[in-house]
Amino acid sequence: MAKPCFPSPLQPPADGDGGKSNMTNAKDTETPLLDQLEEGPWPSFVKEIKRAAEDNASAKDLLRQLERSYNDKIGHWKHGGIVGVRGYGGGVIGRYSDLPEEFPAVAEFHTLRVNHPSGWFYTTEKLRQLCDVWDKHGSGLTNLHGATGDIILLGAPTDALQPCFDDLAEIGFDLGGSGSDMRTPSCCVGPARCEYACIDTLDILYSITMEFQDELHRPMFPYKSKIKIAGCPNDCVASVARSDFSLVGTWRDNIRIDPDEVVKYANDSLDIQTEVVDLCPTGCMHWDAATKSLTINDAECNRCMHCLNLMPKALRIGKERGATLLVGGKAPIVHGALLSWVIVPFMKMEPPYDELKDLIRRIWEWWDENGRMRERLGELINRLGMRNFLKAVGLPPVPQMIRAPRANPYYFWDPEEVK
Amino acid sequence: MATRTDFGPPNYKELIPPVVEKNYGQWKYHERVKPGVLKHVAESGDELYTVRVGSSRLVSTDWIREVCEIADKFCGGHLRFTSRHNLEFLVSDKEQLEPLIQYLGEHGYPVGGTGHAISNPVHTQGWIHCHTPATDASGIVKAVMDDLFEYFVDWKLPAYCRISLACCLNMCGAVHCSDIAILGIHRKPPHINHDVVRAKCEIPNVIAACPTGAIRPDPKNKTLTVNEEKCMYCGNCYTMCPGMPLADPVGDGVSIWVGGKISSARTPPKFSRLVIPYLPNNPPRWPEVTSAVRNIVETWAKHARKHERMGEWIDRIGWERFFDLTGIPFTVQLIDDFTLATETFRSTPTFKW
Repeated sequence: MAKPCFPSPLQPPADGDGGKSNMTNAKDTETPLLDQLEEGPWPSFVKEIKRAAEDNASAKDLLRQLERSYNDKIGHWKHGGIVGVRGYGGGVIGRYSDLPEEFPAVAEFHTLRVNHPSGWFYTTEKLRQLCDVWDKHGSGLTNLHGATGDIILLGAPTDALQPCFDDLAEIGFDLGGSGSDMRTPSCCVGPARCEYACIDTLDILYSITMEFQDELHRPMFPYKSKIKIAGCPNDCVASVARSDFSLVGTWRDNIRIDPDEVVKYANDSLDIQTEVVDLCPTGCMHWDAATKSLTINDAECNRCMHCLNLMPKALRIGKERGATLLVGGKAPIVHGALLSWVIVPFMKMEPPYDELKDLIRRIWEWWDENGRMRERLGELINRLGMRNFLKAVGLPPVPQMIRAPRANPYYFWDPEEVK
Repeated sequence: MATRTDFGPPNYKELIPPVVEKNYGQWKYHERVKPGVLKHVAESGDELYTVRVGSSRLVSTDWIREVCEIADKFCGGHLRFTSRHNLEFLVSDKEQLEPLIQYLGEHGYPVGGTGHAISNPVHTQGWIHCHTPATDASGIVKAVMDDLFEYFVDWKLPAYCRISLACCLNMCGAVHCSDIAILGIHRKPPHINHDVVRAKCEIPNVIAACPTGAIRPDPKNKTLTVNEEKCMYCGNCYTMCPGMPLADPVGDGVSIWVGGKISSARTPPKFSRLVIPYLPNNPPRWPEVTSAVRNIVETWAKHARKHERMGEWIDRIGWERFFDLTGIPFTVQLIDDFTLATETFRSTPTFKW
């Protein structure tokens, strides 16, 4: 039996006329449904569209068209549309209203994906330059940031795209990826502000972004290819869930323990037995409550980060650091969602990161040669087999790659091996 | 004029604040000071406070200029954003911390989203700017977060909770590993416009795009047909061909998925699982969605152990207990019948009543 649902304090009354907001003068507004989303404590995107609409006709028509969608319960953008800027095959997404006569200012309302700086760090000077360019050419609306990481400049007509890009180039902002190319890679805050960073996520990101400019800007692959870089297994950028190439920082030696700080945590009301040791997935920790001493059998630790997350002053990552490379992660389209799989348990990460770049190139080459149209890397590995993939890119099979060996007797032998 | 190309993004080294430049890679530890506030301490002894602010993701240049003024006043002209649409003010002068927080409070900027809280929902464009949506994105997120605001600004949960929204199965928001995922879905097969198919679509590509083999060629009429019994409404054919729209005011709506995670802390990353197959699109505030999400959050908060993420809690108690405790009705759509379905079936009589 269903439990009664919790009433929302902001739920509109059943008659649906808009509740307590400024609806007494319903005639005064063209957007009575959206106006209700100006209320409430969470920041309101409707307020943001209205601010932009004060001196921008396209933002105003965007709001009016959205109100129409709220009434019709359906979107009002046409399918696709190819637009772009000189020299690039991606980075701009075409968007056209399917009601251009009703909402002429959004008849053409294209998106520019602008490559963000590593770690999403900005100076106010840089952001203001970006605002000036966007106010000049577009709707004044943006996403900070899109799901892939780009700065999304939301809404400009076709003839504004090239001048807008030229002005962006003047202030040092380049376009990101779209279509069947390397999408704009992203990384976590890393060594800029995190003691868990096992690798220099920001530098690796900048280095591979510069290395693969052609792959980023000119679609050439079977489908999209995403790279995300996380400094530790907490994976704050969701690399394992969301990218074809997931680079995750890790270490090979021992967790560094500061025994005095362990005692302080214990005295400071952290229940080390219950909250730390009992939740350790490998059972590699021992807490002696009498002597207030914590020991770790590092050989059995799988570096899940739980204990470090709870006791950052007392426990620190090891010193022999590098990255685990996993591949194949993706969202459901076409054949279902995948989480990335370990293919290199440990790789040293030192500039200029040639080993990583070479491996990415080899994998792209194999995928480009064998992948069907719109087949992501993980789907191709699934179709042709991990065995073929490892052989093609020259990686040795190791037990760290799997959760368990196969449970079926259907396996291949290379004729060379049967002699 | 020759256009300059392939020069790449601005170099982060020119954008990081001085305290980060000085202590880059030398951070020693951090403390969770209070909801939304982190303190990082470097080997040098330098302290850096982070104040995390939820944003609506869709923002105007006016808003950007406004937060720049705040960063000029309190943070020496530096700021950053997170992968989940948060804005972060980085404060190296402790004297500025409380005045900044007070200023943010007075001007309607929500500080929170760290520690045992609900973080800022990752979401997609929805009806605002997408051509394949089954629902809106910003509107639902606004309604859900207005409702759950107390869990963003305070520590009242057993663990971190990530809510995400994608407005169709393309999942630009890749929500499939979230504690709670809100996913727009279609429930009707594409209605084919044969003239558009003939004029604009590569028929073999459309056929190949169907994950269930529901699309067949119709060579005689130079178009294609859909076996509606096989169609699972993924919308992939429409991505390939404008002649096959699925959007429909009655068919479209929202599904709810729970128990995913992306970190490897304690347990490996895992997918979210379907628990509510359909809720109607009911703008502007989607009351069915907000109450369903609140019910799941509060049932978890009431029953989970400290540090137990949604999916870890469910793994411990079992799915049958999850449906019992939440009161969510179990329907046939929750039983998988796609490619790896059998992995989710139970092969033991050891379950709970």
